Amino acid sequence: MQWETVIGLEVHAQLSTESKIFSGASTAFGAAPNAEACAVDLALPGVLPVLNRGAVERAIRFGLAVGAKINSPSIFARKNYFYPDLPKGYQISQYELPVVEGGHIQLQIVQDGKEQEKTVRLVRAHLEEDAGKSLHEDFHGMSGIDLNRAGTPLLEIVSEPDMRSSAEAVAYAKTLHTLVRWIGICDGNMQEGSFRCDANVSVRLRGSDKLGTRCEIKNLNSFRFLEKAIDYEARRQIEILEDGGTIQQQTRLFDPEKGETRAMRSKEDAQDYRYFPDPDLLPLEISGNWIEEVKKGLPELPQQMRTRLEHDYGLSMYDALLLTGDRDISEYYEAVVGKLPSDPKLCANWVMGEVSAYLNNEGKPFDVCPLSPAQLAQLLLRIKDGTISGKIAKDVFRQMWAQAGAASISWKNREGVDEALGDRIIDSQGLRQISDSSALENLVYEVLAANPKSVEEFKAGKEKAFNALVGQVMKAARGKANPAQVNEILRKKLTE
Amino acid sequence: MSLSLDDVKRVANLARLEISEDEARKALIQLSGIFDLIEQMQAVDTSAITPMSHAQDVMQRLRTDAVTEIDQRELFQSVAPQVEAGLYLVPKVIE
Amino acid sequence: MLNASLKQLSAMLAARKISSVELTSEFLKRSRALNPEYNAFITLDERTSLAQAQAADILIASGRGQPLTGIPIAQKDIFCTKGWLTTCGSKMLSNFISPYDAHVIGRFNAVAAVNIGKTNMDEFAMGSSNETSFYGPVKNPWDTAAVPGGSSGGSACAVAARMAPAATGTDTGGSIRQPAALCGISGLKPTYGLVSRYGMIAFASSLDQGGPMAKSAEDLALMLNVMAGFDARDSTSLERQPEDYTRDLEKPLDGLCIGLPKEYFVKEIDEDVARAVEAAIGQYRKLGAETVEVSLPNTKLSVPVYYVLAPAEASSNLSRFDGVRYGYRAPDYVDLNDMYRKTRAQGFGSEVKRRILIGTYVLSHGYYDAYYIQAQKLRRLMAQDFAEAFKQCDVIMGPTSPTVAFDLGERSSAPVQMYLSDAYTIAVNLAGLPAMSIPVGFGHKNRPVGLHIIGNYFAEAQMLNVAHQYQLESDWHTRMPKE
Repeated sequence: MQWETVIGLEVHAQLSTESKIFSGASTAFGAAPNAEACAVDLALPGVLPVLNRGAVERAIRFGLAVGAKINSPSIFARKNYFYPDLPKGYQISQYELPVVEGGHIQLQIVQDGKEQEKTVRLVRAHLEEDAGKSLHEDFHGMSGIDLNRAGTPLLEIVSEPDMRSSAEAVAYAKTLHTLVRWIGICDGNMQEGSFRCDANVSVRLRGSDKLGTRCEIKNLNSFRFLEKAIDYEARRQIEILEDGGTIQQQTRLFDPEKGETRAMRSKEDAQDYRYFPDPDLLPLEISGNWIEEVKKGLPELPQQMRTRLEHDYGLSMYDALLLTGDRDISEYYEAVVGKLPSDPKLCANWVMGEVSAYLNNEGKPFDVCPLSPAQLAQLLLRIKDGTISGKIAKDVFRQMWAQAGAASISWKNREGVDEALGDRIIDSQGLRQISDSSALENLVYEVLAANPKSVEEFKAGKEKAFNALVGQVMKAARGKANPAQVNEILRKKLTE
Repeated sequence: MSLSLDDVKRVANLARLEISEDEARKALIQLSGIFDLIEQMQAVDTSAITPMSHAQDVMQRLRTDAVTEIDQRELFQSVAPQVEAGLYLVPKVIE
Repeated sequence: MLNASLKQLSAMLAARKISSVELTSEFLKRSRALNPEYNAFITLDERTSLAQAQAADILIASGRGQPLTGIPIAQKDIFCTKGWLTTCGSKMLSNFISPYDAHVIGRFNAVAAVNIGKTNMDEFAMGSSNETSFYGPVKNPWDTAAVPGGSSGGSACAVAARMAPAATGTDTGGSIRQPAALCGISGLKPTYGLVSRYGMIAFASSLDQGGPMAKSAEDLALMLNVMAGFDARDSTSLERQPEDYTRDLEKPLDGLCIGLPKEYFVKEIDEDVARAVEAAIGQYRKLGAETVEVSLPNTKLSVPVYYVLAPAEASSNLSRFDGVRYGYRAPDYVDLNDMYRKTRAQGFGSEVKRRILIGTYVLSHGYYDAYYIQAQKLRRLMAQDFAEAFKQCDVIMGPTSPTVAFDLGERSSAPVQMYLSDAYTIAVNLAGLPAMSIPVGFGHKNRPVGLHIIGNYFAEAQMLNVAHQYQLESDWHTRMPKE
């Protein structure tokens, strides 16, 4: 039988605000336990929530970026359940009328060397508060509760069950991950839990249009776990169905050690969350003016930029995808092209090649690249105008990198950047190509005189001998000759 | 509609209130009386009316995103039933 | 001095005829003496109160005193008060020393009023008789066989027995007005949103409102001047220009139009109550007011609607009491859920548990629309009824309670009976309107009767004027129970 996996994702993106969604406590990661849990976060008797404008603004930004409807009014509701990391005994979330409704995400999937496009529809994205953390190390048989994370703003982004494989689910999650960082609403740090996925997985016979019973796999905090968990879960469900069993709707947890999913014990009770509008919070109004303002502050989106890079710069989809994988990269690249508009492809090769490799090696983002886009563009210009070869340029680049030293501030904020750095290295070490043809001709004569055997072989029709002679000239020029020019002169002299 | 003993137990469990068989029976009698009173609501046709959640027809005021709180853990934990190493202790949590 | 108005006390303090320490000591002495009998206070803390009085005296001496500076005020134990035991009348919070101040407490501190103690109340403000308090019932100082009303019964008793010149209360369905009526004092529930709920332990968030309780309307106005005001920490707090609630006290009542809802003057009202209320209305006609019959057709639905909405909100508001971060935790349990279930079963009293069960049920799957949504729709109908009535009149009057204070124990085993006695006060909370109760005489067994005055939104100054003009012509509010 042919089975099809159906996947919908719920992504919790932690919004990059300074303070919590309903209190003035800090959201900074890594504080001492409960040091960032204020009276409101602890749900002391009598405390009340007040909504953070920054959280709402980020939700609007997301809604605009995915072409969704921004609801106004939007309503906050209480989701009631008991858990020690949930201090109020309810989570403030949204049920009816979420801030963001609808929208879609466009995916580019490169699979088996083939490029595919796919659209995943979004159901909604709503604002809610995060819970605290239960630490299971043994405190005399008890658990410890840290409420620093309680009240951190989250945007829960819910997709339609539009994905059909773990690869599509991962591509969707990655695209979303890029987008939320791109528009500056989430830092995307998966280790710190800033971007977490829950996957709803079901299987059905191919061709069926009815959805199977789904299981929800909670808290997948890496793309690899997401992929493995979905693959395991789909296999598990298919095995049950092929053995004539039925799937029980369940909440499951992925165990990365075993690579398996298991039912969560704390979710065994039938849940009845008793959602109702939070009487402590009034309807949230989002004016057209506010939406316009947010729209103005929105950068060009990765999808639009990708299309532009392909059309205007003639880049391949693959290059365009890489350059728009991160706003830092794209900004750096755009700045380089800005200085050298005549060759976007050369710029792309260098940004994705040398620059990327050096930064990777040092584990640094593009933002703090020691070489500014202007410095790189100046170097690339020297390749273009024939001053140096690409090979020499790589050597110059290495030296520029070493001389610039480690940077701590963004290239955008640097002052007094030495744009002539590359030129000075070229000049001080005499790396300019020998473009004076009489000097080259002299070199060629010397090489011909010293290699009579090769000359004879060439004249006997061996083209290989010609290449050896070119090599000898280049060697004599210590790489500074323009290979095309050497070719030309050599051929002329040999056929004279 | 009438309330059953199972309803009382189900609701007590949802609300995390331990309830004995005897207490549940007593609660059933009292709650039934209250629900008889509440049932009067059903006689009114309200299909054209919007629910009213708040006394005032005003919109949510928003707070500027700024950190205004300081660490008061020691003070807050001075009233806690059980703490250790800055953590609130509870019976083992099983996920 | 025990019977002096706030204005008189303030003048005495300003003129240095008496110090705040002397004044506070006097009321503390009386409170200590009477509390074993009346049980009006859960906490009295002489040292702290006197320290506050000393600070007030310094302020007054420096000429920076304000109208309530140095005056002892009794605080309902629902207001979180930093460093004070704050119990909300519950075993659940019987060990809770609040680490912070409610907004209302902060306002009194800002004018250097003296906190004379925390008053007894129905547990989590759920009750109309003060019998649900973990700390035992409060007695009605007019007749110790009678209840003082609730939930702000301790505050009402303290003011009536002159243990404090004034007190704070909170009102979710009548919890200021009904005990004020039953104890023969004045009490005001402001428009929803006027007094911040921050630090006021929540019962039903969309209905709760703090307000003053005192001997007279004039005292209430001075108290409200301190209590009312915008607070950014409460999303439902209204941003309005500060008002002086004493500004209209002296206005004559000529041309005032009083609406008398036909649904309020029915046979369910005890005859003694009806007589006193009608006499008071007669007095208003003499003062130049006219009366008009109005209709609030959905009045009889107010109790059912309230007993869906208030418990629903309460069931959720009280979930935070779980034995984890503060308050009571059961001594023995086998696991986490058992800890929750035992802590909450032992920490809450029976009335609170009853309301949590009702609230949980009406919100639960399959019942939400039939109960919660239906109740919210009827709530709107009730608010519309008032809006219609206020097109025809300036204020609405009727009895605060259909009976005088009932006997202790008389209704404690009959919750429905108890709930029905709040019919007049409840509708006001559902609409979010301001309302007050003032003493207008005595009924059965010489127990006090209260007149209910309902105003339009933000009409507090007008209502206080209406009440004050009556009190200029009557002396019910100056009468003291015998000890």
